[in-house]
Amino acid sequence: MGFSQSFFASRFGITERDLESYLSEALSAGGEYADLYFEYLATSSIGIDEGIVKSASQGVELGVGVRVLIGERTGYAYSDDLSPDKIRKAARVAARIAKGPSSIVKTGFEEARKHNLYPMLQSPHETGLAERVDLVKRADSAARAYDKRIFQVQASYADSVREVLVATSDGRLSFDRQPMARLNVTVLAREEGGVPQPGHAGGGGRVALDFFLGEKSPEYFAREAGRQAIVQLGAVESPAGEMTVVLGPGWPGILLHEAVGHGLEADFNRKGVSAFSGRIGQQVASPLCTVIDDGSIGSRRGSLNVDDEGTPTQRNVLIENGVLRGYLQDQLAARLMKSASTGSGRRESYQQIPMPRMTNTFMLAGESDPGDIVRSVSRGVYCSAFGGGSVDITSGNFVFSATESYLIEDGKLTRPLRGASLIGNGPEALKYVSMVGNDLKLDEGVGTCVKEGQNIPVGVGIPTVKIDRMTVGGTAA
Amino acid sequence: MNEPDLKQLEQIASRAVARALDLGATDAECTLAEGEEFSAGVRMREVESLKQAGSRGAGIRVLAGRNTGSSRTSDLSEKGIEEMVRSAVDLARVTTEDPHAGLPDPADLGAIQADLKLYDDAIEAMETDWKIAQARLAEETALSADPRISNSEGASFDSYLGVRAFGNSRGFIGSYRTSSCGLSVVPVAKSNGHMERDYWHTASRRASGIESAEEVGRRAAARTLRRLDARKVATQKAPVIFEPRTARALLGDLTDAVNGSAIYKHASFLTGKLGEKIASEALTVIDDSTMPGLFGSTPFDDEGVTSRRTVVIDRGVLKSYLLNTYFARKLGLKTTGNAARGLSGNAGIGPGNFYIEAGEITEGAMIAGVRQGLYVTELIGATANNVTGDYSSGAAGLWIENGELTYAVSEITIAGNLKQMLMDLNQVASNLEFRGSIASPTIMIQEMTISGR
Repeated sequence: MGFSQSFFASRFGITERDLESYLSEALSAGGEYADLYFEYLATSSIGIDEGIVKSASQGVELGVGVRVLIGERTGYAYSDDLSPDKIRKAARVAARIAKGPSSIVKTGFEEARKHNLYPMLQSPHETGLAERVDLVKRADSAARAYDKRIFQVQASYADSVREVLVATSDGRLSFDRQPMARLNVTVLAREEGGVPQPGHAGGGGRVALDFFLGEKSPEYFAREAGRQAIVQLGAVESPAGEMTVVLGPGWPGILLHEAVGHGLEADFNRKGVSAFSGRIGQQVASPLCTVIDDGSIGSRRGSLNVDDEGTPTQRNVLIENGVLRGYLQDQLAARLMKSASTGSGRRESYQQIPMPRMTNTFMLAGESDPGDIVRSVSRGVYCSAFGGGSVDITSGNFVFSATESYLIEDGKLTRPLRGASLIGNGPEALKYVSMVGNDLKLDEGVGTCVKEGQNIPVGVGIPTVKIDRMTVGGTAA
Repeated sequence: MNEPDLKQLEQIASRAVARALDLGATDAECTLAEGEEFSAGVRMREVESLKQAGSRGAGIRVLAGRNTGSSRTSDLSEKGIEEMVRSAVDLARVTTEDPHAGLPDPADLGAIQADLKLYDDAIEAMETDWKIAQARLAEETALSADPRISNSEGASFDSYLGVRAFGNSRGFIGSYRTSSCGLSVVPVAKSNGHMERDYWHTASRRASGIESAEEVGRRAAARTLRRLDARKVATQKAPVIFEPRTARALLGDLTDAVNGSAIYKHASFLTGKLGEKIASEALTVIDDSTMPGLFGSTPFDDEGVTSRRTVVIDRGVLKSYLLNTYFARKLGLKTTGNAARGLSGNAGIGPGNFYIEAGEITEGAMIAGVRQGLYVTELIGATANNVTGDYSSGAAGLWIENGELTYAVSEITIAGNLKQMLMDLNQVASNLEFRGSIASPTIMIQEMTISGR
């Protein structure tokens, strides 16, 4: 499909000539680089609670962001109105970051190469509302049927399609249609007269409704949420202090996102404020660890055909056999660090300035049998599900909180533990990785990363991993 | 933004509500918001970014009997509003009848008439160069405070002007303007090869309400420097003192526990505890949306109910939940005027100015009374499970020995259960300040588990 058939050209009549003129306006005070990010976002969501479909919502958002770069400076403005005079006005505001004679915009655009990672069999807006209602109703019944001790169920289904168009002053043009869908189930379970315990499950990705009609059905997520809550009914206090920690496969890959990923985003490293700054080529993890950030995996929540600056996404090696290899670059950082963008420039919406961000971050599989890993631990903690995490990129300290974990005693998982946080230091924690399983798994598609107030969808993954020393923050001191 | 703009938004809301009724809705409520943001960033003494723009949005929720549907749009043209209203009316056909769904009782609708001082013309009049100069000065002050501070993540000056209008089919129509400005800086200090950062932030609805740039720079520098050369302490149980910034974060977790939605769903450890002693007598918690000039104040809530003051915890006794109309009906109680939502959807529940009433003791005297304990200045990744009360967070701060703040500590966690933590919250200091809608003086929790070496 060429530009003339693309969404913004056909629906709003935007031409390449228009884009050139807006970019010229943006560079009218002498900026070095300018780009336009057009966005049209259509969302829908439906929710069930107490067996009642209580909410159904749709929305449409539209706008364009104009950015101007000069040296380390960024000028930014946006408009929620696509009329030419409003876009020009935004361009003139963004232009003010520079103070000089106007710069020339390259005429003629070249369409950026891009992947085809999420071919849509079915567009969400071609799907009937009744089919969506059916998904949440099925989740509700399956969760209630899972166990009599489950007494509260909430399920929601949300999907969206984002149409984007990026045009740059160096003549790159790209457009993309980005679907996203997610199903969530939350339950509460309790023993007669006991304390309730929650369970959560969910998943999705750059997929449409038909994804949930297969293996990843509403029943699948409902049973998983139910199982988690029932397990927690028997949970005991978590230990506190330094001990061996085994991470299960999949979502516990959030460890990599917090411990390593954020610290390798180029903006922090360009400024020298990350605990990983200036450490390329150094051993920052055990030789068993190879960590990748890859935005080009089909249908994943963190994937994109092109990033939010129009650069195709790619597979980036962050750590190879324990050695720090590279940073995640956006256009600005790449210009300043004399490097190339790694397809990591992302933003929440047209109202936001892009930054280097992660996509899908995971550790490659090793050779150990997951069962052997657990059997090798005489006393420790096994974590299979996490709530979320955070990092202070300057000190390198990171935290993440387990929502499902077990005590390991004499090589066996014994009692389930109540919620506990794990804390460590980014450039140190992975040095204690002593075994890596052969069971790499990516998460179900639920991750949202927050940086400077901007929320973006991401993915994580990890095989079963043994960390010989990590601080577990339970209450049983 | 001026009075005609407010009236124009009110008219769009009224027309959208009327249109929904034409299309078969039995009730409707419409929210409109418009905002202009400005942000100037400075890093290492140079301007790093300038951002300025405005946007508008509308949202509608309709009822067809006891069925609801919602939609929103950023297109406020007549066509955009028409599409939004039609979409919501269509959606109401797929939802299930909910016996408690509906608009507030007419007697609850209304607005505070007194001037809440949420808008200051002086913020609109601020010059861009002046704002940049403030950010520059804050960073310069921090950078020149100590040779160990040689880097910075930058300083920023932000300002915001907003309008919100709301109308419903029970005759309520209202609107108000808000303004805010804020200044923050994030210095980075280095010692023995290790870096630490911290920040200071000031914000106000009035131009004259923010701290000076020098003050912001000094406080940010002092906070960053005191984090250097941190140690990891041994795992132990000890008293934990939360300074106002971290106490505020902890109190934020309590807002979820008294949220009527969580209470109704048994998703809070405070379900069924109304009238019971749930905390130490030292603790009184107020929610008040009527305090002039503060971030949590509004003339009416997000479903048109008059704002008010609610005593949530009175000397340790749970007196009220935070409620909107829907969950008040579910629980057989009256709304507390805490309905909160973005532009569309069923209203949720949110606090106004939610704060711990100041105590008598000074923070210094509180610290002086601790033999061995932790003074927490930063919480990282705090997780509160409101169903069970389990609480755990990464922390950094200063170690207290024999009544004095000594060395910095980091890479530790603090954990407990909120039920017990509230009972153990036995000291509240006198240093209450409102820096956002949630506010707390320094507080002490008698015993928590600190996990470290």
